[in-house]
Amino acid sequence: MGRAIDRSDRPSERWKTMFLVAFGQKKMFSRPFVALLHLALYSAFVITQIELLEIMVDGFTGHHRIFYESLGSLYTFAISFIEVLSVLAFIATIIFLARRNLLKLPRLNMKELAGWPKKDANLILIMELILILCIFTMNGTDEVLYGRGGSHVAFEKGHFGFAVSSWFGPLVFDGLTVETLRVLERIGWWGHLTMVFVFLNYLPYSKHLHILLAFPNTYFSNLNAKGKISNMEAVTQEVKLMMDPTADPYAATEPSDAVPQRFGAKDVNDLTWKNLLDAYSCTECGRCTSACPANQTGKLLSPRKIMMDTRDRLMEVGEGGLEDGKSLLGDYITEEEIWACTSCNACVQECPVNIDPLSIIIDLRRYLVMEESKMPTELTGMLTNIENNGAPWQFAQSDRLNWAQEES
Amino acid sequence: MNLNVPTMSEMLAKGETPEILFWVGCAGSFDDRAKKITKALVKILNNCKVNFAVLGAEESCTGDPARRAGNEFTFQMQAMMNIQVLDGYQVKKIVTACPHCFNTLKNEYPELGGNYEVIHHTQLIQDLINTGKLSLEGNQTFKGKKITFHDPCYLGRANDVYEAPRALIERLDAELVEMKRCKTNGLCCGAGGAQMFKEAEKGNKEINLERTEDAIETAANIIATGCPFCNTMMTDGVKNFNKENEIVVMDVAELIANAAEL
Repeated sequence: MGRAIDRSDRPSERWKTMFLVAFGQKKMFSRPFVALLHLALYSAFVITQIELLEIMVDGFTGHHRIFYESLGSLYTFAISFIEVLSVLAFIATIIFLARRNLLKLPRLNMKELAGWPKKDANLILIMELILILCIFTMNGTDEVLYGRGGSHVAFEKGHFGFAVSSWFGPLVFDGLTVETLRVLERIGWWGHLTMVFVFLNYLPYSKHLHILLAFPNTYFSNLNAKGKISNMEAVTQEVKLMMDPTADPYAATEPSDAVPQRFGAKDVNDLTWKNLLDAYSCTECGRCTSACPANQTGKLLSPRKIMMDTRDRLMEVGEGGLEDGKSLLGDYITEEEIWACTSCNACVQECPVNIDPLSIIIDLRRYLVMEESKMPTELTGMLTNIENNGAPWQFAQSDRLNWAQEES
Repeated sequence: MNLNVPTMSEMLAKGETPEILFWVGCAGSFDDRAKKITKALVKILNNCKVNFAVLGAEESCTGDPARRAGNEFTFQMQAMMNIQVLDGYQVKKIVTACPHCFNTLKNEYPELGGNYEVIHHTQLIQDLINTGKLSLEGNQTFKGKKITFHDPCYLGRANDVYEAPRALIERLDAELVEMKRCKTNGLCCGAGGAQMFKEAEKGNKEINLERTEDAIETAANIIATGCPFCNTMMTDGVKNFNKENEIVVMDVAELIANAAEL
C-alpha cells in the first residue's frame, strides 16, 4: 500500500542522515536534558544486547556465563559498562514516568494521548524497568553466590567484580540461602529473557516501534529543501496539454495501464509509502505539536495527531479493508485541523526521526480542493483572483508597476 | 530621488540583457506597506548601479498560495506561464524580497522546467557590501537601537537562510537581540500556507500576537523581517499591543537603505 515516491537517490547523503539523526540522535539534542536521558536508555538498550546474546547462548548450550572464562577482565568490563548504563537508564525511565504521570507535562498529556496511547507509553516504560531489574537480580545474586562458591560459573569462591552488582548484590541479597539465591538468579535470567520476547512481540503494536523504524525512516528522509512541496505529475501532463497550442483538442487520450488516481489524499491508500512509514515511526513524543504555531494558539491542529490518525486508520484498513465506509479525512482528521496549518515546517524541523506531517496535510487539502471544491470561502476568492488577474488580491496585472511612479 | 526601474521589455528593445531580474511579487507590487520595501531595495540597486530589470505587467503570482491551499492546477498554470515569460527573456538570475516567491522560484520551478539562480534580497545586499559596492561606513542612523530579527519560515526553515539578514543587521550601529525562539526554532508569524488570505481557524489566540510577544520581550526598538507578509503580521501585532510608538517593524532592505542614507 502507499503511492510511489522515489527515495533512492543520493545514497551517501542518506546513510549520513541516518547515521547522524537515528544512530547519533542529533535532533534529540535540541532539548538537551531529555536528550541525555534518552541517550542513557538508548545506549543501555544497544549495549545490553551483548548480555542478551550470552543469555541466549547459555540457554541453548546449557552453559553459565559462557563468555566469562574466554574474555576474562574484558568480560568484567563489558558487564560493568552495561550495568552502569542500566542504572542510568533506570533513572531515566523513572524520570520519564514521572514526567508523564506526576509532573504531567502538557506535551505528554494532550487529549490525543488519552486512553490507549497513554497506557502504551507507560507499559513500555514499566517493561523497561522490569528488564533492568531482572538483570540486576541475576547479576547481584550470582555475585553473592560466587562469593560463597555457589555460582555455576566456577566451583570455587570468587568474585566477578561487576561495577554495580558487586556492592548491590551483597547489599540486597546477603541474608538469603544459596538455594534461594539460585532460584532468584534463575528468575532474573528467565525474567529478562521472557520480557525480551514479550517486548519484541508487543513492539509492532506499539508506538515504541520507533526503535527499529527510526533507521529506515531517516534513511528515506526528504533531502530536498523543506519549503519544496511535491509536484503532482498528473497535473503537469494536463497543464502542458492546455498550454500547448499545437495539441489536438479532439485527439483520443493515449491508452494507459495506469489506474486513475485521486487528486490528493482522502484515505491512507492515497498517501505515499513514506507517509505511511512516517506514521509507524512516530513514537508520539509530541515535539512537533509543541512547536506548532496553530496548536500553541489553541487551534485544533496537532501534527502528532495527524501521524497517530494515519497509523490508526492504517491498522483499521489492515483489518477491515478500505471499503468500510470510513476514510482518514473526515473520520479521523477533520477539515478544521488541516486548514489551521501555516506550512511553517516547525513540525518537520522538530521531529527527531524526520517525520513529515506537512506533506500529509497538503495532500489532504489537495483532495478537498481539487476533488470536492471544499475550502474556506476566502480561499475561493484568492484562487479566483490568481486565475483572473495573477495576484491573490483583486488588482489588475497591468498595474503591477504603478509603485515605481507613486510618491512614497 | 527618482527611481530607475527598467522593465525586461524595455531592456530587450534596447538590445540589453540585465544581470539580474528583480521579482517584485504581488505584495511588493500592490501592498502599500510592501511597496516601500520594494522601493528601498530599488534605491539600493540604483545606488550600487546593479544592472537589473523587473517584469512589470508581465509578472504574475508565482502560485505559492494556490499550491499551499491545495490547488495544484492553479499553481502549475501560474508556474508554467511564468516560466514561459522568464525563459522568453532568457533570465538566469533572480532576486526577490519575498521568501514565498523565493522558495517557489528556487525549489518548485525546476521540476516544471524553470531553472534559475534565485537569491533573497538580503543575500544580494550582503554580496553588495562584501564586494564593496555598498558602504555603510560610519552609519549612525540606528545608533543605540536594539533590533530583533524575525525569521520568515520560508527563508529560514524552508531554505536554511539564517545568516544573511543577521549579517546585515550586524553591520548597523545597533544591537542585534534574538528572540527566545529564533532561527530553526523561530515561530511562524501566522501568514504562511495561504493563511494570509483567510481568517484563522478557531483558537484562543492569534499567531501573530504570540509572535509579537516574543519580540516585545526582547525590548527591541525595531522588529526586522525579510518578508512582506511577516511584516504585515508583526505590524498588526505591534498595533494590537498599542506599541506602535515604541516599536517599528522594518524590512532589512529598509534598514540598510536608511543606514546608507539613500
